[in-house]
Amino acid sequence: MKIPLSWLRDFIAIEETPEQLREVFDDLGLVVEGIEITGQSIEAVIVAKVLEIHPIEGADRIRRVIVEAGSGPLEIVCGAMNFEVGNHVPFAPIGAVLPGNFEIAKRVMKGITSNGMLCSASELRINEDHGGLYILDDLINPVVGQSLVEALGITPDVIFDITVEGNRPDAWSIEGVARDLGARLGRPLKEFNVVSPSGPATSDVAQAAISAPEECGRLVVSIIENIDVRPSPTWIQQRLIGAGMRPISNVVDASNFVMLELGQPNHPYDAAKVAGKSLGVRHAVPGESLKTLDGVTRELARPGRGLGDSGVDVVIVDGNDTILGLAGVMGGDESGISDSTTAVILEVAFFDPMTIARSSKRHGLRSEASARFERGVDPELALRATGRFVEILRASCPDALWRSAPLDVRGQLPEVPVLSISEADIEGVLGMAIPLAEAARLLQAINFSVTPTATGLAVRPSTARLDVRSGAAGRADVIEEIARLYSYLRLPRRVPTWVEPGGLSARQKLRRHLRDVVVDFGASEAWTPTLGSDADFELLDLGERVRITNPLASEEAILRNTLITGLVRAWARNVERGHSDLILSESGNVFLHPSTTTDPRSTKGGVAGSVILELPEERERLTVLLGRTEDDAQSAVAFAKGIFERLGLAAVTLRTPALVPMGFHPTRVAEVRDRHTDSLLGFVGEVSPHLLATLSTAHDRRVGLIDLDFDALADERKATRAPAGVKVPSKFPSALVDLAFVAPNSLHADDLLWALEDASDQVESVSLFDVYRGAALGEGKRSLAFAIRLTSDEGTLGEAELSKLRDSLIAAAGTLGAELRAQ
Amino acid sequence: MSDSSPLANLEAQRDELIRQISEIADFAVLREQEPLLVGKRSILTNLQRTLGQIPEADRKEAGALLQGARRMVEDHFAQRFSELEAVERAAKLEADRLDLGDVVVGSVRVPVSIGHPNLVATTQRELEDVFVGMGFSVADGPEVETDWFNFEALNIPPAHPARGMWDTFYVDLGEPETVVLRTHTSPTQIHLMEAAVASGDPRVHSVMPGRCFRRDTPDARHLAAFHQIEGLVVDRGITFADLAGVIETFTRAYFGPSISSRLRPAFFPFTEPSAEFEITCTICQGEGCRTCSQTGWIELGGCGMLDPAVLEAVGIDGSEWSGFAFGFGIDRCAQMRHQIADMRALIENDIRFLRQFS
Repeated sequence: MKIPLSWLRDFIAIEETPEQLREVFDDLGLVVEGIEITGQSIEAVIVAKVLEIHPIEGADRIRRVIVEAGSGPLEIVCGAMNFEVGNHVPFAPIGAVLPGNFEIAKRVMKGITSNGMLCSASELRINEDHGGLYILDDLINPVVGQSLVEALGITPDVIFDITVEGNRPDAWSIEGVARDLGARLGRPLKEFNVVSPSGPATSDVAQAAISAPEECGRLVVSIIENIDVRPSPTWIQQRLIGAGMRPISNVVDASNFVMLELGQPNHPYDAAKVAGKSLGVRHAVPGESLKTLDGVTRELARPGRGLGDSGVDVVIVDGNDTILGLAGVMGGDESGISDSTTAVILEVAFFDPMTIARSSKRHGLRSEASARFERGVDPELALRATGRFVEILRASCPDALWRSAPLDVRGQLPEVPVLSISEADIEGVLGMAIPLAEAARLLQAINFSVTPTATGLAVRPSTARLDVRSGAAGRADVIEEIARLYSYLRLPRRVPTWVEPGGLSARQKLRRHLRDVVVDFGASEAWTPTLGSDADFELLDLGERVRITNPLASEEAILRNTLITGLVRAWARNVERGHSDLILSESGNVFLHPSTTTDPRSTKGGVAGSVILELPEERERLTVLLGRTEDDAQSAVAFAKGIFERLGLAAVTLRTPALVPMGFHPTRVAEVRDRHTDSLLGFVGEVSPHLLATLSTAHDRRVGLIDLDFDALADERKATRAPAGVKVPSKFPSALVDLAFVAPNSLHADDLLWALEDASDQVESVSLFDVYRGAALGEGKRSLAFAIRLTSDEGTLGEAELSKLRDSLIAAAGTLGAELRAQ
Repeated sequence: MSDSSPLANLEAQRDELIRQISEIADFAVLREQEPLLVGKRSILTNLQRTLGQIPEADRKEAGALLQGARRMVEDHFAQRFSELEAVERAAKLEADRLDLGDVVVGSVRVPVSIGHPNLVATTQRELEDVFVGMGFSVADGPEVETDWFNFEALNIPPAHPARGMWDTFYVDLGEPETVVLRTHTSPTQIHLMEAAVASGDPRVHSVMPGRCFRRDTPDARHLAAFHQIEGLVVDRGITFADLAGVIETFTRAYFGPSISSRLRPAFFPFTEPSAEFEITCTICQGEGCRTCSQTGWIELGGCGMLDPAVLEAVGIDGSEWSGFAFGFGIDRCAQMRHQIADMRALIENDIRFLRQFS
């Protein structure tokens, strides 16, 4: 909302500088987004008339223009294209200094001398329109040579651009902002004289009816006669321009003026075009349509998408039941004001905020009127607003006649609650006692009525503040008003304490630990997109997709079900940039469609959370892509085993998977399982050559890949932890025994290793140091050589003991089908 | 066609080629033989050159016959080619097979690499640690939510104009616009309070970090996916003063002792009273600069006392318990601290960017 300081001054005396005012506004919650100074540095600009326009050879973006500015024809080179011969435009002569310290000098372009500059409104900081020259003919009756400041009645002004919060319907108006300022600064608002209706009764000629009383709480219909449609006086135009609206004609301008000043949207109709001079408010019925002022034909009363919108549209109809407009949102294009209008029917109404909000959203139509109605317009404002409309109109039509006894029909108006507020209530919310007298003073300043009671105050909010609710919520609303006007900056601060210690959950600690380990091992953490394309999805999976209904782009329409694609892409981008020696990792959620997962998330949804919906299963994964030149499945295995050791996972083993997991090389992949629980913890291997060929240019590379299921890792029932108790190493020297076994390919090296470890308490460690395959070993077999350290807590192991241990190791291997390899 | 025609044996020659193709069992051989079977040196190509000897009248028909034969051979060749190629590919994958259970970890030699934590994750951790130090626990929440958790329980009823504050991505599940990508971390508040109520003890002292989504075209200051951290306290006797105190303590702990905070009125449907919180501009230390529009303050996040309607939605008795909530952007904190001109660098994953973080 743009607030010209000059307009604000109509309501309240202001001594503060713009910067001081900014601080006051900010602290009132009327956040100033910008301050604009207008009407300065344009004193030298005068009104000029365009006499001739000629093209310039060899230039299609500039033209030679001859203007008359009062002292004979002048030649100007001009780049604007929006004007024609006969137009009056602002002219800055040589030597003028325009806003932004821009000095006009004589220039020669394409051999033509430009003796000054014709200006746009934005160059003069009059408004933001930089679409061409500022054409004056629509605005005023221009006089050649007159100073522009004088012609437009411009006075230097300060425009505050204020963000109006959703709970401040009152601040959508100059008066509302002034009222807030008055409450804070302790200054009274200036009183207005409001015109009264007079002359013959409205009901002699007009009718009004509400047949949608829930949606329309009040309808005031007035007849204003003796109208002559023409431009508004410049001071009115200036006000509108300052507030960001375009002047159109005196009637439309008066309508906008009242909306901006008092916050009451209103609609003037040409009385001659409204059948029976009758306005009615009713529901639209399915099948009806309306062509709105913006030229779009809209189907009415159709249920909207989403929850809670049954499609209620409220329309204004004339005496023939013809639809004139979508109530509170936008008028139709039939009954508008034109040059021939001599009498106006003015509609000033109160509409139910939610009805307007839904209509406006459903039709994708947001107007100045709907923005105000959907927040809640003061229902008691209608007659005052009509009076102000007549008064503004009389600035150009002094004889305008407002017929007496305007029609005033009521439907259901929202109930204004009465809230009891005690000092304890205030202190309970704010942590500070504000004396009731002070609270009452602040509330009364914004027109809340306050009555002292035995326990505190009975507060009846102003009808301009329909955002204030009833009951406990309303008490909070009122206390916010007290705090806001008192100033948040004056409220105390206190640091609360409680007995429970803060901290991370075991899962969160494990997540941090895992990420640290992966980074320690050399990975750089990436953040790849959660939303991917159908093509990405199809590369890896053909399952059901979790789709976004309204994606920003079709490549961002599917919730990912893997981190692999994103990481391969990120790696490939770095390779293209010449950085191919890196490890990337990511920890994040993947999404499984509820129809394909065994474990969809059932949760409350629907209106009031009344239905149970099945949502995608969200699984957290940690994926590492090993993309250094030396990397392959083997380095991925070494990396992964390092992770498991650092996480203290005691029983991880690698197995050839029955099905190739998506994204992996089909013959160079293993699944990671916990051998005690048999739970799947993830996969390790290489990136699928097909994926690599599709997403990168590095076709000949091997890229290691680890894809871990964090949910499984974090679940102690799935991922077995190393026992808390640790072993103190024996003080006696250990003996090293190397044993090579011929084992069938089906026997896992890990299983054999564990069998050897478990063969005796005196086995200190076992490690695989060589794998050999050769024809001599027999079909489907290979040799696995282990380095085995033996030790005892009792003393140094002797020959006999070692020999016995060796035998038991061989026996343990034998039970698994592994035989000692012949020397 | 007479026996003297060069095409007299066309059918036999054709069948012979097809037989040869079908007998080749090795992809390399097939490729090696390609010129002889279907290429420039094949019998049928040679026959093409003899067409000129055929009388004008018969030439067209002869040409068509030859063309038909060639196409048949070529079709057989193409089919065999793809068969053998698949076999070759499978053989190659098979030859590549590695039993990862047999990897001798001790003999895998790879260079040392220096890894780098992600800036957003690091920032999130630092923020969590500040709050943990103040007694908060940390809670995670899902990224896909129903309308109830993301909006309605937070006092934003269906079709309420306040929904315009968030540009929402809808997930194609259930009735239209009932499932969303969470637009803020606030739905986690609802999960926490519901769980607390179910446990019989409604007290909560938690922060909730996480990824959120808004349907905003990405620019230097916004990403469609971003990270927020949200705080929630529900206890007896909690007031706006406690909220302001927590915000101030956090601000000094995270940004440093020279940076302080202030609150100014704002509107959020789920808090009342509500506030925006601003901190001393970290660029100019409050002196006034372009970043802070000369005000000396920059906006960080929103906060307020839990709205009675929210307490009611989760079944907490507002006459006994009260609470506050606050939330702000994690990425934005990172952007401010590291003066990152364009947020989009965060999702580029350019190693030259990632390497700068330790």
